[in-house]
Amino acid sequence: MTTDLVPLAVLMFVVTYPSRAIGLLAPGIERLPRRALDYLQLVGPAVLTALAAVSIMVGTSGGRPVFTIGLPWLSVAACLALVAWRHNLFIGLAAAVAIAIAGRAVGFA
Amino acid sequence: MQPGDLRAARRQVVVNGLGIIVSAAGFGFVFGLAARTSGHYSPVEALAMSTIAFGGAGQFAAVGYVASGVAWPVIGVLTGLLNARHVLYSAALAPWFRGRPFTERAVAAHLLTDESFALSIAHFRRLGRFDPFGYWYAAIVTTFIPWNLATVAGVTIGDAIVEPQRLGIDVIFPAAMIGLAVGLVSGRRELVAAVVGAVVAVIVSLAVSPTVGIIAGGIVGPAVGLLVPSSGPAELPPLEDMRP
Repeated sequence: MTTDLVPLAVLMFVVTYPSRAIGLLAPGIERLPRRALDYLQLVGPAVLTALAAVSIMVGTSGGRPVFTIGLPWLSVAACLALVAWRHNLFIGLAAAVAIAIAGRAVGFA
Repeated sequence: MQPGDLRAARRQVVVNGLGIIVSAAGFGFVFGLAARTSGHYSPVEALAMSTIAFGGAGQFAAVGYVASGVAWPVIGVLTGLLNARHVLYSAALAPWFRGRPFTERAVAAHLLTDESFALSIAHFRRLGRFDPFGYWYAAIVTTFIPWNLATVAGVTIGDAIVEPQRLGIDVIFPAAMIGLAVGLVSGRRELVAAVVGAVVAVIVSLAVSPTVGIIAGGIVGPAVGLLVPSSGPAELPPLEDMRP
């Protein structure tokens, strides 16, 4: 069993850790002005919806990003509606997966 | 739930965490499977990636880079760029971690992911203060452990599942992200930031690349959100306690 890629894992840690740690370990960041704290409060919703939207709307074709429409849109929309209604992420995820399985079983992409 | 109700807030984060366990396990499994089918990863190497690097999207990308023979320094640069959004998470969590020991913050940083950020910051906002249980549950129980166990499963027995897509595994991540975002939207500002973030991310992703798009959405969305008047009392970190 080879271990040749373990140093690559360490390299990936070395380049990732600073971005994870800079806010938590940098002194004085908690003394930011109120406006900056307001901004940081909005980062979560913006990044999470950005991740979701790019995951389902951007694919690749010939190595280039392309706009895609497909079954995952319906899955994610159902999850969004259920979580907003029931305040339960697990139910939302279960519905999203069920829609994807059912949709693909009948031939949707 | 009344603000500050510890038991109710912990119950909420535990229930939400169940969905994240499913998400992390599903994606960890697919990563292990991708590593195995690439033909370049042993189980030890796949597990090392999930434990030491512990960066979902970066790990997936690295499977492709390694298979394509990309030089390691280039993989390092690309991984750093892909994970640059964590700067935003780390800065957003920092006020809540004020006063916590350096060692705790240093370990917390390694375990900071999309999922642990979203679960824990929603928990802190519900409570109005830091709660160690909320962070460590989100980071370790719902993400680190299932991600690593599923990586081992994927790299060792993943071949038994021919088409993970037919099981809907590919929709778990975006559904989990949108579900977690819903929990953070408590007013007009958050809603505008979320919508603008998504729109900007898609446009920039199509024009440049998904990595740049996600970072752009995460930067521009909050900036536009700030232009909207706050719709109610903000659930901010306890700022008064932080003033020198």
